[in-house]
Amino acid sequence: MIADLKTFIERERPVWQELERELGRVREGLASLSDLKYSRHLLALYQRASADLARIQGYSAEPELKAYLENLVGTGYAEIHSATRNSRHFKPWQWLTRTFPETFRRQLWGFNVAVMLTLVGAMLGGILVLHGNEGREAIFPSQFGHLVEQTPSQRVAREERPTEFDRMAGHKAKFSAELMQNNITVSLRALAFGITFGILTVVLLFYNGVILGAVAVDYVMDGQIVFLFGWLLPHGSIEIPAILVAGQGGLVLGRALIGWGTPHSLRKRLRLITPDLATLAGGAAVMLVWAGIVEAFFSQYHAPVLPYWVKITFGTLELIGLIAFLFLCGRRASSKPAA
Amino acid sequence: MNASRTATLQIATPEGVAFSLPLAGPFTRAMAFSIDFVAIMAAMNVIAPILRAMQLLGGDTGMGVAILIQFVCMEGARMAMELFWRGQTLGKRVMGLRVMDESGLKLRPSQVVVRNLLRFVDMLPMFYALGGVVALFNSRSQRLGDLAAGTVVVRTIKTTPPDVAAVLAGKYNSLRDHPHLEARLRQKVGPEEAQVALNALVRREELTPEAKITLFENLANHFRELVKFPEETVHGLSDEQYVRNVVETIFRRRKGAD
Repeated sequence: MIADLKTFIERERPVWQELERELGRVREGLASLSDLKYSRHLLALYQRASADLARIQGYSAEPELKAYLENLVGTGYAEIHSATRNSRHFKPWQWLTRTFPETFRRQLWGFNVAVMLTLVGAMLGGILVLHGNEGREAIFPSQFGHLVEQTPSQRVAREERPTEFDRMAGHKAKFSAELMQNNITVSLRALAFGITFGILTVVLLFYNGVILGAVAVDYVMDGQIVFLFGWLLPHGSIEIPAILVAGQGGLVLGRALIGWGTPHSLRKRLRLITPDLATLAGGAAVMLVWAGIVEAFFSQYHAPVLPYWVKITFGTLELIGLIAFLFLCGRRASSKPAA
Repeated sequence: MNASRTATLQIATPEGVAFSLPLAGPFTRAMAFSIDFVAIMAAMNVIAPILRAMQLLGGDTGMGVAILIQFVCMEGARMAMELFWRGQTLGKRVMGLRVMDESGLKLRPSQVVVRNLLRFVDMLPMFYALGGVVALFNSRSQRLGDLAAGTVVVRTIKTTPPDVAAVLAGKYNSLRDHPHLEARLRQKVGPEEAQVALNALVRREELTPEAKITLFENLANHFRELVKFPEETVHGLSDEQYVRNVVETIFRRRKGAD
């Protein structure tokens, strides 16, 4: 028990008030902990308040004083012990060209699994379409009604029919924005579904593969391979990997929840992957913004307006560029081995 | 670090000091969410004429930009507020809540992103049912987004040190006329009894008049039993003033004491 509480409070109050004031300045950005002299002074104030809290903690009395000091020490703890966390400001270009590809490569296993699931789904979708057209309504979602109502050849004939006016004129930007909105929402949900131990992410990736496989086999069987590549490659070369990246994030989350191959606790596992999840989500969103622009402004034009070789070349270059970006960007020069 | 049953998060610092943070309950969090929802809807209504004007004047481009602005506002408003207001949204400010790292540290931007990305899973199948159930059964009241991001929502309580000086200072203490009896009183009153009496004085304004009378009557009678002061010394003293004098006697700085 503190024999003279009145004196204790009167003596320590200026320290507490100064700490409170300085923490407020740090929070408001008016003072910086990068100043060594200042941070040492703040640390001394914080340590003294911590000692005062420890001094009164042995007793059940003085609840108001205890609550005040706990609040003060808690605030000080958050500011001082987090100082190294936020010392670097967010740099968008560095994040995009270094952090994102590094994260992608660090969690490459998740991307590989996402690709495998999509391929297995694509095989099933292809097999279902090969076995007859009756199941097409069940495979294709309602927004792909044109894939059910007409054969690929009919659609190609309609798309390639010469018209006097640009049918996309006047609503390309709107269409592009709607594509971005829809694709980003769906992809981020695939990531968020990782919280179901990855089960719903697996289902989404598999179903996405089923649709892709069904569409591809449908067009191939109808002899429209060139149209298929010309239609899908320009935006699909970015859009499909973006969905796989989001799925990668969902699988990373699912694995962290299950805890395979790691001795860490659940909280530690989740803490370790949180920055990666945010980065993968952001990366997928950026990719889908690009895909949305290409799909609305480029993919919807077909021969004779836009020759297929141009579209296929553009899409192939995009894919090569994306692979190079994801696998090569942000690689640091390997350190020289010790002599 | 562990969570107690009284909805507080216990944190031990490297300095060897433990402190607790009061966790927010599902009801206050739901209220904060409702305030945010209303605020975002109101903001959308405010900017709706601007978006319509953009669509009319900007044509296709204006329409595309308007759709994206609407999307970013709806999906990113909470995220942006938590990022720039240090874990608070408008609703959380009103309700006195704050999101923070579950180890008591400041939020990292990635934590804000992840907890908001998973919000839609928490909202399933409707009205935050899944997140609410998870939070109810979680000792830290964490919804799924909080679990994945390693965050907790705590109550921000404005506290001030108790004004003990004001409680003890001021009126004349008639017990001082009898130093030997004061010494006996200090000897007989235990630390817990002294703290109870001090707390009663510090928190007197929080008590109802009836509770105040009863409490100070009981305390005064207890202290009168311990040491009998001469009648002329305590004559006319109310129970509360008697307790005040006793506390002043016990906590008063003595020579050589600290």
